Amino acid sequence: MIPVEHYLFLSAFMFITGVIGVVTRRNAIVVFMSIELMLNSANLTFVAFSSYLGNITGQLVVFFVMAVAAAEAAVGLAIIIAIFRNKLTVNLDEINILKW
Amino acid sequence: MVFTSQDLISLSPVLLIAAGILVTLTIEMFTKESEGILGWFSFALLLGVAYLSLFLIDSPTMLFGEKFVTGGRVNIFFFLFNFGAAIVVLLSMDYMKKAGIYYGEYYIILMSSVLGMMMIAGATDFIMIFIGLEQMSVCFYILAGFNRKNEKSLEAALKYFLLGSFATGFLVYGLGLIYGTNGSLSITAMTLNYEVLRSNPMFLTGMLLFIIGFSFKIAAVPFHMWVPDVYQGAPTTVSALLSTTGKVAAFSALILVFSPLIQAAYPAFFTPVVATLAVLSMLYGSIVAISQNDLKRMLAYSSIAHAGYMLIGLAAWNDKGISGVIFYLTAYTFMNLAAFGLISLVEKRDLRGTEFNDFKGLGTKQPLIAGLLALTMFALSGIPPFAGFFGKYYVFVAAIESGMTWLAIIGVLSSVISVYFYLRLTVVMYFDNSDEMVLISPTTSAMLGIMISVLLIIIMGVAPGSILNLINNTL
Repeated sequence: MIPVEHYLFLSAFMFITGVIGVVTRRNAIVVFMSIELMLNSANLTFVAFSSYLGNITGQLVVFFVMAVAAAEAAVGLAIIIAIFRNKLTVNLDEINILKW
Repeated sequence: MVFTSQDLISLSPVLLIAAGILVTLTIEMFTKESEGILGWFSFALLLGVAYLSLFLIDSPTMLFGEKFVTGGRVNIFFFLFNFGAAIVVLLSMDYMKKAGIYYGEYYIILMSSVLGMMMIAGATDFIMIFIGLEQMSVCFYILAGFNRKNEKSLEAALKYFLLGSFATGFLVYGLGLIYGTNGSLSITAMTLNYEVLRSNPMFLTGMLLFIIGFSFKIAAVPFHMWVPDVYQGAPTTVSALLSTTGKVAAFSALILVFSPLIQAAYPAFFTPVVATLAVLSMLYGSIVAISQNDLKRMLAYSSIAHAGYMLIGLAAWNDKGISGVIFYLTAYTFMNLAAFGLISLVEKRDLRGTEFNDFKGLGTKQPLIAGLLALTMFALSGIPPFAGFFGKYYVFVAAIESGMTWLAIIGVLSSVISVYFYLRLTVVMYFDNSDEMVLISPTTSAMLGIMISVLLIIIMGVAPGSILNLINNTL
């Protein structure tokens, strides 16, 4: 059996990859994919702990997180499409009319 | 677990809003011109639920196997969400017509976000907080981009969406760590195990990520990047909703997690983090607001500064601080609703006209609107005898009582700085002249909403003790 630490290190690695992706990438869709990676690293943490603790709550939470992520994706992609229709770009550096 | 009729009554504010969403959806489906009906329908429902929450304030009840609680402090939050949203509905009716986004869906999404806020305030479990927060945030993303033909509105929605879900990522990962170390996501269990947990680095990392996630939502520095862009770009009445009820909901979650720890008299472990956030937000918000030319953007920076003052109450780590924060949130809600409402009246059809120059000479051309705006600015800057002063006073007193006088001093300094940019608007309105004609026809519904907010600002300033007592009784 694989000890729980391995899963935790993997999920921490995924989380950090996601954070770096959000901070460095400029394409709105890639940034959104990185955010999904962060959410899934959290899911991995929940499942790992759930199996380690012998407690079902963590697995239930994963379903909630997945449902929420799906709702967020629906709204987020709609926003990205709307902005693409207006400006013909999804590059975050070019979406910059609001600043001081 | 038996669900009694008493439980049903305690839960009725939440159930009524949930039923209201379904009813408005049905009305929207079957009527052609639903916008007019839905506005007044949702206003009546939100106002009714606000009254009902105050009426049920004395009956704290645990529901659904101790997963949800109503009554007491929770109902004060219910009142704030519903009453605030009701005023936003009043402000929106004519603004939406002016902006050309007069759709019935607006009210449905607005009520869904209120349901999400109520789920946060009544949670006794981290997973409820998370689901409520997401319901609220997803509705906010849609509302921010509601003016989908306007580039600014869309940009605001995109930025809000990306940074909001980024914050969600931190929050969920933090919850994962809390779950792993605590063995459950219940806040009660966490309070019981806190003595053991507080030396566990993994738990502390989880709590830190939780605080970071919520710092995004309450707009505390250094997690504030989205606030100015979103408040400026979103339709003005939506900014009013985001900056008031949205912030109250996020603070209700922090209070929910911290107040059991405070009541169990655990040492103030998170105070350094919260105090740092408070100092950064106050100073950054007040100083950057000075250089703003757009009034909505200035209010966004002022909202960052206000988040800082409220965080002082949490950093104080005592009961007085908590009731001070709730008082401050109440005062802030009505001040910001009035301010954004008045700006939405002055705003022009093409959604321009929110810059300082557009307010030149308003004092002679529109004495009523200018007078109310000046009064709101005095209240926001914390000049007595308005609500804003007592909000600041209570949190500063709480900080001094727990020996954090330095924090209160920084707070006072930052309020002094903030007087400059609030009063600058008054100066522009009364002492600058412009030849440009201002055509404002204040509509009945919007003026009603603004009048209610201004009246409450004055009442809270004249009789702060009675409202503070009401809050203290529910702690």
